[in-house]
Amino acid sequence: MLWIIPALPLAAVLLNLLFGDRLGKRGTSVLACGAVILAFMAALRAVLQLAGIPEEDRRIVETLYTWMRVGDFSANVSFLLDPLSAIMVLVVTGVGSLIHVYSTAYMAEDPSFRRFFMYLNLFMFAMLTLVLADNYLLMFVGWEGVGLCSYLLIGFWYEKHSATEAGKKAFIVNRIGDFGFILGLFFLINWTGSVDYERVFAAAPHLFPIGGIAITAATLLLFLGATGKSAQLPLFVWLPDAMEGPTPVSALIHAATMVTAGVYMVVRSHVLFQMAPFTLEVIAIVGAATALMAATIGLAQNDIKRVLAYSTVSQLGYMFFACGVGAFGAGIFHVMTHAFFKALLFLGAGSVIHGMHHEQDMRRMGGLAGKMPVTHMTMLIATIAIAGIPPFAGFFSKDEILAAAFSSGHFPIWIAGLIGAVMTAFYMFRLYILTFRGEPRFIEHAGHDAQGHGAHTDEPHGQGHPVHESPAAMTIPLVILAVLSIIGGFVGMPFQEGGHLLERWLRPVLESAGGLPHSVGHQLSHATEWALIGLSVAIAGFGIFMAFRVYLQRPSLATSLRERFAGLHNALIHKYWVDEFYDAIAVKPIYRLSQWLWRFFDEKIVDGIVNGVGYTLEGGSAILRLFQTGYVGTYALFITLGVLALFLHILRS
Amino acid sequence: MPIPWLSFLVFFPLAAAALIALMPRSAERSVRLWATIAAAAEFVFSLPLWWRLIPGMPHFQFEERLDWIPAIGAQYHLGVDGISGLLALLTTFMTFIAVLGAWTAVEQRGREFFALVLVLEAGMLGTFFCLDLLLFYVFWEAMLIPMYLLIGIWGGKRRVYAAVKFFLYTMAGSVLMLIAILSLYLMQKNMTGVATFDLAAFYQMPIAPAQQFWLFLAFAFAFAIKVPMWPLHTWLPDAHVEAPTAGSVILAAVLLKMGTYGFLRFAMPLFPNALQQCGPWIAWIAIIGIVYGALVAMVQTDIKKLVAYSSVSHMGFCMLGLMAMNPQGFAGSMMTMLNHGISTGALFLLVGIIYERRHTRAISDFGGLWKVIPVFSVIFLIVTLSSIGLPATNGFIGEFLVLLGASRHNMAWAVVAALGVILSACYMLWMFQRVVFGPITHEENQKLTDLTLRERLVFVPLLLLIFWMGVAPQPFLDRCQPALDRTLQLTNDRAAAAGRMVGQLRGEPASATSNLTGGGQ
Repeated sequence: MLWIIPALPLAAVLLNLLFGDRLGKRGTSVLACGAVILAFMAALRAVLQLAGIPEEDRRIVETLYTWMRVGDFSANVSFLLDPLSAIMVLVVTGVGSLIHVYSTAYMAEDPSFRRFFMYLNLFMFAMLTLVLADNYLLMFVGWEGVGLCSYLLIGFWYEKHSATEAGKKAFIVNRIGDFGFILGLFFLINWTGSVDYERVFAAAPHLFPIGGIAITAATLLLFLGATGKSAQLPLFVWLPDAMEGPTPVSALIHAATMVTAGVYMVVRSHVLFQMAPFTLEVIAIVGAATALMAATIGLAQNDIKRVLAYSTVSQLGYMFFACGVGAFGAGIFHVMTHAFFKALLFLGAGSVIHGMHHEQDMRRMGGLAGKMPVTHMTMLIATIAIAGIPPFAGFFSKDEILAAAFSSGHFPIWIAGLIGAVMTAFYMFRLYILTFRGEPRFIEHAGHDAQGHGAHTDEPHGQGHPVHESPAAMTIPLVILAVLSIIGGFVGMPFQEGGHLLERWLRPVLESAGGLPHSVGHQLSHATEWALIGLSVAIAGFGIFMAFRVYLQRPSLATSLRERFAGLHNALIHKYWVDEFYDAIAVKPIYRLSQWLWRFFDEKIVDGIVNGVGYTLEGGSAILRLFQTGYVGTYALFITLGVLALFLHILRS
Repeated sequence: MPIPWLSFLVFFPLAAAALIALMPRSAERSVRLWATIAAAAEFVFSLPLWWRLIPGMPHFQFEERLDWIPAIGAQYHLGVDGISGLLALLTTFMTFIAVLGAWTAVEQRGREFFALVLVLEAGMLGTFFCLDLLLFYVFWEAMLIPMYLLIGIWGGKRRVYAAVKFFLYTMAGSVLMLIAILSLYLMQKNMTGVATFDLAAFYQMPIAPAQQFWLFLAFAFAFAIKVPMWPLHTWLPDAHVEAPTAGSVILAAVLLKMGTYGFLRFAMPLFPNALQQCGPWIAWIAIIGIVYGALVAMVQTDIKKLVAYSSVSHMGFCMLGLMAMNPQGFAGSMMTMLNHGISTGALFLLVGIIYERRHTRAISDFGGLWKVIPVFSVIFLIVTLSSIGLPATNGFIGEFLVLLGASRHNMAWAVVAALGVILSACYMLWMFQRVVFGPITHEENQKLTDLTLRERLVFVPLLLLIFWMGVAPQPFLDRCQPALDRTLQLTNDRAAAAGRMVGQLRGEPASATSNLTGGGQ
């Protein structure tokens, strides 16, 4: 009954579509949340069942029907639950349920309430298809499906130009990635003759020499797909803009689930990637570079959601370089913990935005700790978790990644990871301090709507109310996520014989075919490992200390730093001009080329020839017109003569 | 003697057209009602093609054979297989949809209009069913006239230019095809002494590779214009923009398929060695068409023209799939033919619906439609997504199989052609954004009315097909694959046979033949 997991949210979409107008907001919420919560319970039941199966054959496959069969190619609609997809499906439905519940309050006053939940449920369907698929082609259905829902949800407030623009950008950039995915898939199909994970992974080691061109090309193309979906260099540009969507969407899609699909795909395909060392190097470098680049941009952003967006890009970079250095398990570990604390951060930011009546600029916040106690406490927990302070969740996963980079000898990557970690601690505490600490920098009762925010800037909400804590439907999910952000890392406690809990759980997947050690971190001696832990904690502590120093104790320091590094600051504010660069080298030239093709090639050259022929004929027909007497008899004569001539010719030859 | 079912399918719309033409001019309402009933009846009559056709049969089914012009051996010979069966179903279905969709669009001469649409339907079905080359030529030309009139009489401002351009382009191709048909006929007669235009006889006739080349080019030219392949496509945007909605729907849904069908049925199996020679060139031209059509679609300001250029791109996929010469490419091409018929037909209907209400098709005249006409917008969204090949919609199956087939033949084909997948998202979503999203910028759009019951009914079957063919395409694939496999086999066998012929002439061993299927396994 695996199919029921994605089918539940899909059924809710259809029911809401057909009967939603009669259900009212209450009915819609019950239907939408109920479907996802039920899906979570179904997933839980399936995973428990999975855990009961002996480790050697711990996988459940369920084939529904043949999707397409052409010649020697065939693809099924079939689902797979194994330890890897089990983690994903629990995270997706679990965090998804919380965000659905949160959204019922957050979106309560939106006129398009029902549409929002239909999109959200549709997203759940696509995401669950993605993680539960048993083959690459069905995964691709979910892969493009989540892209579609992302498009729809980013552009949810469709009257706002920047929102629809961001949605379109997300879809197109993702399509560039999908281009890579599908071509990589063609390599796999043409070599292994299948799209099924099991058959591809079983066949690959016999077909491809390690490091060969075909496997390297295939994995690089697949990775291109991952960079699109998971916002890595060079395709990260859509994610920051995606913050135009409602905040629960940012939490669900652009932090906890969809953007991790690329990591999931790489881990799922680790058998292939391990055979292509060059690709792994590329992934490690791209991941580390993205982690650093995004972290630096995050230092200078003032929009609370944008800071979180760049932080997400940066954290995804960590997950990728974990894969790149061969620590696939650590990558998935970070996917999980990140889902907890980043969803919490976004939802907390949403709570702040909600409480501040759609203010997103941190320069107009401050001192909210007392006014929003629950939001403040939960946000603080998430901030500590992402900064990497033990025993919070983020510490364990990030430390495992850094240790893996160190022990596998990728020192530049490791150092980049450390620098990124300082910056993470710094910008996250900057966010925390600017939002919750210090003096309030806003005037209560001020109608923020007057500041040029249209009807749909963010949540439609009454204006002129004092800053307030959010309702229970919003704070309860925050609290649950906060608990998960505290304890979520314990499954990955280091110094355990035979690897930690998560590692042992994932072992059937990650050691199934490749046989290569996946978590090299454990080759380190305990002493080295303690030293590395000490170093990461020290570095995180330093970042936090600096943030307090600069933003709380001596605010003038921030200004003088900004002035001293004006050029750098400018580059960061403008996000290194990447968008402008793409616009200049791709968007504009393509547009100009298209104009030229249409206006010149089509209309001047081709049609010029066609019309030229036409005019020539017209001239010629001036002579022929002499035959056009207007007498039917003459025409009949010519026709008869012509037919006769033709027949004579045919009969003679 | 069994009922001549195929003839009935061809002549029923013709008879209906005659009766409708005889109705009083003033009876506009009953004219369109009866036209709709006739089109619906024709669709129902054609439905058994879905279950009565046995896909695995090694030859054409429901054959009918009558002497037509005994002196020259021309026969009235009809028959159907999985390929023409599905295309005929597409024809009857989309004609019904087009007629139902055109109820309010035709403001004058409704009687003539609907009669011509039914005549056109008869011509199209005849073209798909006939198995005699001369008869094929007759139907091929006969189809041209009603379409010419539909554009020329019920078209927009530049309808005469568009109609003449359409006519001249197509005529230029068909003249060459006629010459090639006659040459084939003469070759046959010289070789065997039998005078016949029977397709099966030509399938048997070996043609020396040297002779194939020019004959192939003549056929290919005629079909390439119809597809249309770049750079012979410039009649299409004009014809689409000027044609009335029903005309555009049928033009896109069925007439363009005549080109690819012609390649599949005639040009490729008859001249396989020439195909071997020209195939890669045609494939690259198809790929240029995919990218070119998409790029030019992006900068269009008229929605209909944008959809027309997107057709150039989609039909490039069809041609590429054929040139891949493998089961995946063929099946993908076939699916793309059907998908393009459904999705692009639906797009033209949607454009027609807002055109009827606003009398403009300029993208800039719209914006913010979601707020005013949400039902229209949601349907528009789904059709747009199917057009850009989103998985789980029909568009994906065709594009995926075409690209897979292409990648098996030559990875470079797939790489460049897949750019079209990115570009299609660009032009369609950009158009969609400007038309449907954003605030309402034109007061007139404030009062737009959403879809009527009739209009909703038009889209229900289209949407069902979009998802059916995307989620469970196997029934469609099962119906056309045996016939496609036979065509592939025939083409390869004939290539080998002609190779042997050359070999014998040169005194080389017979085994020195080449394989068309190319790379992959």
